[in-house]
Amino acid sequence: MVELAQKSSEARNARFGRVVSRYGIVLAFLILFVILSFAHQNFLSTGNITNVLRQVSINGILAVGMTFVILTGGIDLSIGSVLAFAGIVAGALVTGADPSNPFLAVAAAIGVGALFGAVNGLLVARFKVTAFVATLGMLSMARGATLLISDGRPVPNLSADFRWLGQGFVAGIPVPVICFALVFVIAWVVLRFTIYGRWIYAVGGNVRSARTSGIPTRMVTFSAYLIMGALAGFAGAILTARTTSALPQAGLGYELDAIAAVVIGGTSLVGGVGSVVFTLVGVLIIGVIGNGLDLLGVSSYYQQIVKGAIIVAAVLIDRSRNAQS
Amino acid sequence: MQKALEGRQVLDLSDAGFSVEQTVLLAATDISKSFNGVPALLDGRIQLHAGSVHALCGGNGAGKSTFLNILMGLLRADGGTMVRDGQVVSYASAAEALADGIAIITQELSPVLDMTVAENIYLGREPRRGWFTDSAKMVADARALFDRLKFKIDATAVMRDLTVAQMQLVEIAKAISRESQVLIMDEPTSAIGEKESETLFEAIRSLQAQGVGIIYVSHRLTDIFSIADSYTVFRDGRFVESGAIADIDRQRLIGLIVGRDLRDQEPRAEREATEAVIEARNFSNGGVFTDISLSVAKGEILGLYGLMGAGRSEFANALYGNGPKQSGDVLLRGTQLIIKHPSDALRAGIAMVTEDRKGNGLVLPASVRDNIVMGALKRFSSFGFMKAGEENRAVDAQIERFRVRTASRDLAVQNLSGGNQQKVVFARCIETNPQVLICDEPTRGIDEGAKREIYAFLSDFAARGNAVLMISSEIPEILANADRIIVFRSGRIAGELTAAEATQEALVHLAS
Ligand SMILES: Nc1ncnc2c1ncn2[C@@H]1O[C@H](COP(=O)(O)OP(=O)(O)OP(=O)(O)O)[C@@H](O)[C@H]1O
Ligand SMILES: [Mg+2]
Repeated sequence: MVELAQKSSEARNARFGRVVSRYGIVLAFLILFVILSFAHQNFLSTGNITNVLRQVSINGILAVGMTFVILTGGIDLSIGSVLAFAGIVAGALVTGADPSNPFLAVAAAIGVGALFGAVNGLLVARFKVTAFVATLGMLSMARGATLLISDGRPVPNLSADFRWLGQGFVAGIPVPVICFALVFVIAWVVLRFTIYGRWIYAVGGNVRSARTSGIPTRMVTFSAYLIMGALAGFAGAILTARTTSALPQAGLGYELDAIAAVVIGGTSLVGGVGSVVFTLVGVLIIGVIGNGLDLLGVSSYYQQIVKGAIIVAAVLIDRSRNAQS
Repeated sequence: MQKALEGRQVLDLSDAGFSVEQTVLLAATDISKSFNGVPALLDGRIQLHAGSVHALCGGNGAGKSTFLNILMGLLRADGGTMVRDGQVVSYASAAEALADGIAIITQELSPVLDMTVAENIYLGREPRRGWFTDSAKMVADARALFDRLKFKIDATAVMRDLTVAQMQLVEIAKAISRESQVLIMDEPTSAIGEKESETLFEAIRSLQAQGVGIIYVSHRLTDIFSIADSYTVFRDGRFVESGAIADIDRQRLIGLIVGRDLRDQEPRAEREATEAVIEARNFSNGGVFTDISLSVAKGEILGLYGLMGAGRSEFANALYGNGPKQSGDVLLRGTQLIIKHPSDALRAGIAMVTEDRKGNGLVLPASVRDNIVMGALKRFSSFGFMKAGEENRAVDAQIERFRVRTASRDLAVQNLSGGNQQKVVFARCIETNPQVLICDEPTRGIDEGAKREIYAFLSDFAARGNAVLMISSEIPEILANADRIIVFRSGRIAGELTAAEATQEALVHLAS
């Protein structure tokens, strides 16, 4: 029957559509990559690729943390401010005539970030404040605190040892890229192979069912914000080391790029579905688009429009994927 | 080969002058549907007459819900023909089907939890006054509807605060209120008690008298034989047989549904009363349950019977650490336990099959594997890392044991049929190696074949020196499985019967 034949080809198309939407984001990235390599001869140069990777590593570290939070069904808007605060703390430790050990400064930045994360986590997990509201409040508070402790002024003269973290190379690879790679691999292993990873997905998928299965749901939710905060602190230290002085206005709007990367990667904002691998693709897409448009001399105003359009497109793809299942 | 049709094709059936009883309201043939290349339905057929209650039977995963969702326009078929009132139709959405006089009560309920009961019932067709919703009329209409159906539900309550059973009743009322000619009911009684089922049957009979055609899906054969007049059986996605209920007996119908020989349920052996495995003392919470003390002995299956709202589930949840209580002590083999969270219960070897698999049983977007091992992650890991091999072996064993129909262990549980989802909940609890199993309506939505497996499992589980606390609203189930039955009434223990004393009448009498 004609009708039937038509319908089965429809079914085939639907299947094809699913494959495209599942890996569509990877495909989109590859297409983008190919187009840019033709559009500009420098795009594929080692120098430029290294540059792109270095540029995405801050957002990458943040987006990995954001993946944990979003997988549990939450969101963290405060990370840009937390990053700035941690940057100032790290900067203050390594400035002046008698700088501390750079590792101590990084540890301090991570610790301070984790502290902010813990407050977010407590508000959300213990006191049941909506994640959006709790972290929006924290966005403002942490920024205020940053301006307060820095008196609104940058912290200059960071020690060379510390700046290595943002500007150094190991075997030709920029140190920030190595940091990002480490964070990514650890997160991937944790989410994919450990009990804790299962907990994260379960809590995001259905908190009540997770609880019934004996999962300590509050602790899991809390820990996602803690991890996010610690990573924001780490990113703050790296960013500070890269910019040679700690800026109190650093990290403005960074939460949006991190969320965008996660969403472009197809991780569901409802929670329970997604992967840090797709987040990586999201991070790279944002980075490559920015870099490509830079190379082509497109103004940053247009870049913002393009980025926004990509986020919306990603969500549309995500929705059609959900509608099909 | 069908020719192109201008609009709808008129078959010659309709003008042949059939009497009302014989009018075919809805007919479907050859309906097929695959998901991701895996066929769920190969040859779905039905013929529904006006004024008929037509039972659609089949095992878990036979394709019943898929078929009905296609009829309703909720899913698109890959192939097949559907004829409504003599005209070939194909609905692109449920709205089209509704407009064409078909309504459905789906198996998986999806109420808007933050709206009131009345708002849910009239969602999308709210009575209006000028530009605004006429809330007063909406509530009054909903109350009148409940009165007519004899459902005791507060029309102004927020949906979220209702029990599953109440939500099911709201959904039934909503579908009936549409006054459609064809009413599809996909397991409407799996979540409600016998008393509510009776009221539903009364409503069904009165609709039937008005000439409404009803497609009725249930795994409770007793229901089918008391309400349906005709049947259609699906097995493994294919139409098997159809006929009049008067011409078939229970045994043969079961045979058609399962397609294999079933082991007969062995009657429970008499047991000596031995020491208690678990004991609950003085459990109270507000007026929901008051001063409940009971114990389950080694090797015993204790049944808890009661009407909707009697507080059985709330008590069991409190016992498991998953619900509020104001007082109450738990003793496990004589030692006191502090249970504040289900993890405390699980650590002590107490597992629970919860009543609402969608709400607090399963993580729907997670895979079959992840759900089955969710309560026993520690056992399948070392130093926090999952041991994939062992885990997969255990999961495959459970899938086989309970005959879970799934394309793979990595499929998200939300893609399983209702009964297969329930089997996953059960498997998850077993996988925790419990010594006490609390099950709240454990066989909800499960087919006759798998039910027997579960009963046999429970009996064997108890015989190994464990204890089972079984809540069930199905009297035959509780009579066939429990050694002793405690009856709840308005949050209190109304009485206790041994298996020998218990009868349907005695239980109903104590419960109401
Ligand atoms: N969205 C989906 N994706 C993949 N498979 C699906 C999907 N929906 C249904 N299936 C499969 O189709 C088959 C038929 O499912 P269906 O829900 O129609 O069964 P059913 O007869 O209603 O069973 P039950 O008595 O358990 O409710 C099942 O094996 C199920 O796993
Ligand atoms: Mg079904």
